Amino acid sequence: MRRDIVTSVIGIVVLTVLLGLVYPLFITGVGQVAFPGNANGQKVYVGGKLVGSKIIGQSFSVPVLDRNGKPKEAEGELVTEPDPRYFQSRPSATEGGSYNAAASTFSNRGPNDRATEEADAENIKAYLELNKPYDPALTVAHIPVDAVNTSGSNLDPEISSANARIQAHRIAAKRKLSLSVVDGLVSNYTDARGLGFSGEPGVNVLELNLALDRLAGGVR
Amino acid sequence: MTFSGWLTIVLFVVILTALAIALGRYMAKVYTGERVWFTPILAGPERFLYKVLRVEPERGQDWKAYAKSLIIFSLAGWLVLYLILRTQNAFYVPHGLNPLGYHSAPWNVTFNTVSSFVTNTNWQYYSGETTMSYLSQMIGLTVQNWLSAGVGIVVAVALVRGIIGRSGKSLGNFWQDLVRTILYVLAPISVLGAIVLVSQGVIANFSNYLTAHTVTGLTQTIAMGPVASQEAIKMLGTNGGGFFNVNSAHPFENPTAFTNFFEMLLVLIIPAALVFMYGRMTGNRRQGYAIYATVMVMFLGAVAVAYIAEAHGSPAQHAAGLHTQVISGSGGGNLEGKEQRFGIAGSALFDTITTVTSCGAVNSAIESFTGIGGAIPFSNLSASEVIFGGVGTGLYSILLYVLLAVFIGGLMVGRTPEWLGKKLEAREIKLAGLGILVTPLAALFATALATASHAGRASISELGKGPQGFSETLYAYLSQSNNNGSAFAGYTGFIQPSAGNVGSHGVTFADLLGGLVMLFARFGPILLTLAVAGALAGKRVTPAGLGTMRTDNGTFVVLLIGVIILVGALTFFPALLLGPIVQGLTGHLY
Repeated sequence: MRRDIVTSVIGIVVLTVLLGLVYPLFITGVGQVAFPGNANGQKVYVGGKLVGSKIIGQSFSVPVLDRNGKPKEAEGELVTEPDPRYFQSRPSATEGGSYNAAASTFSNRGPNDRATEEADAENIKAYLELNKPYDPALTVAHIPVDAVNTSGSNLDPEISSANARIQAHRIAAKRKLSLSVVDGLVSNYTDARGLGFSGEPGVNVLELNLALDRLAGGVR
Repeated sequence: MTFSGWLTIVLFVVILTALAIALGRYMAKVYTGERVWFTPILAGPERFLYKVLRVEPERGQDWKAYAKSLIIFSLAGWLVLYLILRTQNAFYVPHGLNPLGYHSAPWNVTFNTVSSFVTNTNWQYYSGETTMSYLSQMIGLTVQNWLSAGVGIVVAVALVRGIIGRSGKSLGNFWQDLVRTILYVLAPISVLGAIVLVSQGVIANFSNYLTAHTVTGLTQTIAMGPVASQEAIKMLGTNGGGFFNVNSAHPFENPTAFTNFFEMLLVLIIPAALVFMYGRMTGNRRQGYAIYATVMVMFLGAVAVAYIAEAHGSPAQHAAGLHTQVISGSGGGNLEGKEQRFGIAGSALFDTITTVTSCGAVNSAIESFTGIGGAIPFSNLSASEVIFGGVGTGLYSILLYVLLAVFIGGLMVGRTPEWLGKKLEAREIKLAGLGILVTPLAALFATALATASHAGRASISELGKGPQGFSETLYAYLSQSNNNGSAFAGYTGFIQPSAGNVGSHGVTFADLLGGLVMLFARFGPILLTLAVAGALAGKRVTPAGLGTMRTDNGTFVVLLIGVIILVGALTFFPALLLGPIVQGLTGHLY
């Protein structure tokens, strides 16, 4: 008994040093030396300013201003509306505003919940309002699921290429570009499936939007 | 459904099997003390550890001594982890390792978390990035990711030694098995795995949370941390406790379809290899193949159902008018709670894998799975972790079922049941029967308590109306009693307002009940399994005769599947009817 206790206590201490300090420090060290970009979160800078991480989704919305020209807030959250000049990410339901990467969370919308249907219907309506004026043939039947459903992390950096191609109509009109130019950009930024067979092809929204800005000659 | 989706599933199984056969051979050598490739490098550190721990590795322990070492070691781990988590913002913790100055979670949440990590469950009533300091994640949670995995594996090894033992009492030495498991099995794969993950974009740093200013004039704060090291052992040890709240759905934990595939391999590699190791150690590889066939049949069935159901879409989507079939440029399906880069197949496969094993990591929200798709994690848990199962726990659980199947088979043909030359008698059958019943008992008893009481129902989320609320509750206790740790994540109760961090969830009732369930359903079966091993170890071997029922052919595989479904799944059938099956069959909205 006593022997077991002594061995257990020494064991926990020694193994904590090995597995809790040496191991993470070693891995982090290797990461920092061999893959510094990836280990630090694939930061994206524009003009020396950090604009986000390549693999963390973000919102391309602008704050809505009230009559005094100040950003409007409701229930402590900034009220925003989509910036039509940018491709929009998937809907996100993190607390404290969408795409809150300091506190990731699942939406936990059940498959048979009326609340899920309502959220879906609302997102469909918003999507149609945003895009139909530029793509008159657009109906609910054409809307890909990723444009309506929230993701697992609510920080999904990608949208489907079908989603991007619908939004391309709006982008082309808003930025006075030809549709083929925008479509070409979408194709350039559509990733293949992982290893050629696994997962789904997707478009990284941040990269695509930054490419759009570069096309237009720098940040607006 | 898509061709590439099915291809992913098939390729995964082929690659897994090939790797597991090789690792199984390696592990059999490790536990029989043969020389392996790593011996020249690791023999020194191994001897050093024995010296520091003051153990005599060659001294065999009978089942009681083995169990005593295991329990005391786990208890010591429990106390130390509790201490670490409760002193998260003590004066000696450097600021850089707790950059946001988080206070410790309250005692009740900590009780749950500690019980959870020590039992290899990793149920989380907290959100990683809003509760835990970097130091707590490293020296607290990461360490138990290793140790609880090691403890699980050594129990399986001890049981195999009992089965093959030739009239001795020794099951081996707990300390030797533990040290060898960590050094020779977990460490090489985990280090390699972590480096692969960081090369693909899993982060590994100690920097403060980033503040980004987006092109549209918003600010975004991005959580950081030493993730890669924890991610690798979290998957490899079938632990499953995410660094971040959304676990492997988070792009920093699982950035690409490739890492998704790789993480799935990490989860299943040891549970699958243990089956082949068992075959080798018994001296008859066909014994291992028979078990592998059994679990693979059930696993593939589960994957296929989950994939088809999720690809079909959910009633809520259809009611909103959404079209869920595959179109050009979109995979369709029930993408609610799923990431674009993994798609439907990558999500269904991942969550099936982590619920057949005791991993419990998720890359998509199980709560948002369709009724039938969500019934798959349910059934996986209902089968009590025998379909591959957790590292070690899977093998020893299914071996208890094998024992039961041999017994039932023996009764059917009217002969004394024999298993690998050993006569099975009342004592072993009683112990195995008890071992099999502990988990269902804990799960159903706790679910009943939680649904029948106000304190229990407080944990059900606002959105969890009707059968969804029941599903949340049943899943919570099923998951905790199976030491799985995945969740219908709406089942958290409120955020504790005075915790000093913003991520401590759960009400006291659920924290305590869950913690007790996890401890009971982990150490109960472990003790019973070791007792079975002890009972078998002393038996003499008689050569197989003409009348001996074979345990390595197709007939036995069918019998074993039958017993598992009969005992495991049917225990839960009435409860499953009330939740996921109602939802899957009606399409009604609540």
